Amino acid sequence: MSVTTSTVLAAGGQLLLLLGMLAAVHAPLGAYLARVYSSPRHTRFERGWYRAVRVDPDAEQHWRTYLLSVLGFSLASVLLLFALGRLQQHLPWTLGFTGLDPAGAWNTAVSFTTNTNWQWYSGESAAGHLLQMAGLAVQNFVSAAVGMSVAIALVRGFARSGTDARLGNFWTDLTRSVVRVLLPISVVAALVLIANGVIQNLDPHTAVATLEGGTQHVLGGPVASQEAIKELGTNGGGFFNANSAHPFENPNPWTNLLEIFLILLIPTALPRAFGIMVGDRRQGWAILGAMVGLLLVAVALTTWAELAGPGTAPQLAGAAAEGKETRFGLAGSALFGAATTGTSTGAVNAMHDSFTAPGGGVVLFDMLLGEIAPGGVGAGLYGMLVLAIVAVFVAGLMVGRTPEYLGKKIGIQEMTLVALYVLTTPAIVLIGTAVAVSVEPGLAGVQEDGPHGLSEVLYAFASAGNNNGSAFGGLTSGTPFYNTMLGLAMLAGRFVPIALVLALAGRLASQRTVPASAGTLPTHQPLFVGLVGTVALVVVGLTFVPVLSLGPVAESLS
Amino acid sequence: MTIVRSTLSGLRVLLAFTLLLGLAYPLAVTGAGQALFGWRADGSLVRADGTPTRDRAEAVGSALVGQQFTGDAWFHPRPSAAGDGYDTLASAGSNLGPESPDLVAAITERRAQVAATEGVDPAEVPADAVTASGSGLDPDVSPAYAAIQVDRVAAARGLEPERVRELVTEHTRGRTLGVLGDPRVDVLGLNTALQAVAPALPERPE
Repeated sequence: MSVTTSTVLAAGGQLLLLLGMLAAVHAPLGAYLARVYSSPRHTRFERGWYRAVRVDPDAEQHWRTYLLSVLGFSLASVLLLFALGRLQQHLPWTLGFTGLDPAGAWNTAVSFTTNTNWQWYSGESAAGHLLQMAGLAVQNFVSAAVGMSVAIALVRGFARSGTDARLGNFWTDLTRSVVRVLLPISVVAALVLIANGVIQNLDPHTAVATLEGGTQHVLGGPVASQEAIKELGTNGGGFFNANSAHPFENPNPWTNLLEIFLILLIPTALPRAFGIMVGDRRQGWAILGAMVGLLLVAVALTTWAELAGPGTAPQLAGAAAEGKETRFGLAGSALFGAATTGTSTGAVNAMHDSFTAPGGGVVLFDMLLGEIAPGGVGAGLYGMLVLAIVAVFVAGLMVGRTPEYLGKKIGIQEMTLVALYVLTTPAIVLIGTAVAVSVEPGLAGVQEDGPHGLSEVLYAFASAGNNNGSAFGGLTSGTPFYNTMLGLAMLAGRFVPIALVLALAGRLASQRTVPASAGTLPTHQPLFVGLVGTVALVVVGLTFVPVLSLGPVAESLS
Repeated sequence: MTIVRSTLSGLRVLLAFTLLLGLAYPLAVTGAGQALFGWRADGSLVRADGTPTRDRAEAVGSALVGQQFTGDAWFHPRPSAAGDGYDTLASAGSNLGPESPDLVAAITERRAQVAATEGVDPAEVPADAVTASGSGLDPDVSPAYAAIQVDRVAAARGLEPERVRELVTEHTRGRTLGVLGDPRVDVLGLNTALQAVAPALPERPE
């Protein structure tokens, strides 16, 4: 893993290859997504499905009903997952593992329902195949579908004019997200992964004699089917403890690129669907431009930091190779790190705790941005649209007129909802971190003293509050204290913003669309893209500068 | 519509999804994967002579998963933080930060150890030889780390260093498509090939 000119060129080539793959599918997938959520027709399978689960797919829901459906579905998810975790030992295919303890089962249930996939346990030593398949993988699909549904509801809020705040039907959006988008892509991706060496079987873990005569367990499990949706749904919960660093989750450099591609696929295609649905593709380009701009900055900084390898240990070793796999290299690990934290994925192919101080700082900052670069499936789009509203508001203040976005006036009530949205996650992250470093059970889990220890705790709460799920692994988080606290942070970090977004969508849908006038700020031009990006950086910067100074910044300077 | 009613609807939908996504999907993918790529789906297992097998009783491990080698006749893998080293039931990185005194001490100690084992200058020991990977199951080492092990392995097996170097080259892979990943040497593949050329005397660690 030495760094030469060819390493740098390869890093650039890798990025171009990724962008090329994403660009190739961007337009068709975006158009397909717009059709999925606009078409009044149900497939025959779907009609049977709706009859079986007894929901009316054509009933237009008021935003409150939509929200209640989201919450009801998520509550059911938490309950079922909690039960599966607790009762694991009584189920088939459990490999002899016992049930999870109450705090652990609660944490896992919330974690997977909120699309966070924070993991306090090691998959290979705590979760049986049935819990992985029927519990965790199901949530990988549906929690992603919930995010997509909420994002689409917000888009409908912009697209509709003068309605009584109806936003579509949650059950229909949920079902279509799964059966028309996530499931078909996952099947293809899973088969490609198997062909490259990701395992897919129902066997237990068996001890074999190694070549030199030692002992090692050959692992079994339905890994590929879970790996595909783990990346595609920006979930991130690994089948194994080492997540995508594990050879059976990510066997070679090509699967590594494929997994990064899957992570970014839907988050980058949704802005196109948004542009189509609001009747102006340029608006989609602007949102995508802000997302990709932030992502590229993060990729560049992380790659630079990991290749340069500043810090005592990397300098001593000769490269920042600790916690990284040889087959991905430094650049392959840096690119994965930026993609996984820029979305709300939280899968890792290298240990972020061992990243260099600036590299670790960038991935932490990436999460604190609120996962908008380009953000989780759905969550990224609604997060970025909220920031776009902040941007038009700021611009409106400068010229002294009522701001509007996509023909909707942004008044006091809209702005109140937006402000609450922007403040929710920082409040969760900072309060959670403050509590954890003030009480004994919180401090007990910290691995290292000083700034790095604070980074570990901050990273954990940033990860939970933003529903990311990646870990600065040094923190011992499998304690009742952290399982409970992080569970609460994940829950609030997921559903408070969703409630605010749906309320906002309802208000927007009930407004009449006003035609653009000479004084309207054009929201499809580079100026606006820059404004949105700046707003994102300033909001996060101002909120988190103090705690970042005490953590990664202090560590970099020491 | 109350939260109770929507939770009941949610439960019905969730149970249907559990059947579709939790059972039908993984089982269908398992069936297809087993039929199309059976050896891969079962873990890319290999026998002691390096040939593929699907029978765990015949296997020495997976071609994709690193395993421990400590004897002089073998190429050694990277340090591992998975359990006591290459424990697949405990895949993990060290999670030690860049300023961690523990990590600094470990790197210093490993460098001295590797330099002594291979009889090279400590400055020649590459980064991957003194750092643990993310999974603790890294199947590869850098070409630089393989290169400094050649003389030791050749001497232990009574082979010409040139012959061993040829085998290393055969088991070295460059970047995929020229840009993905880093050049790497597959340790288990190399060791099985060595075993075929000049079997090591039976030697068990500990």
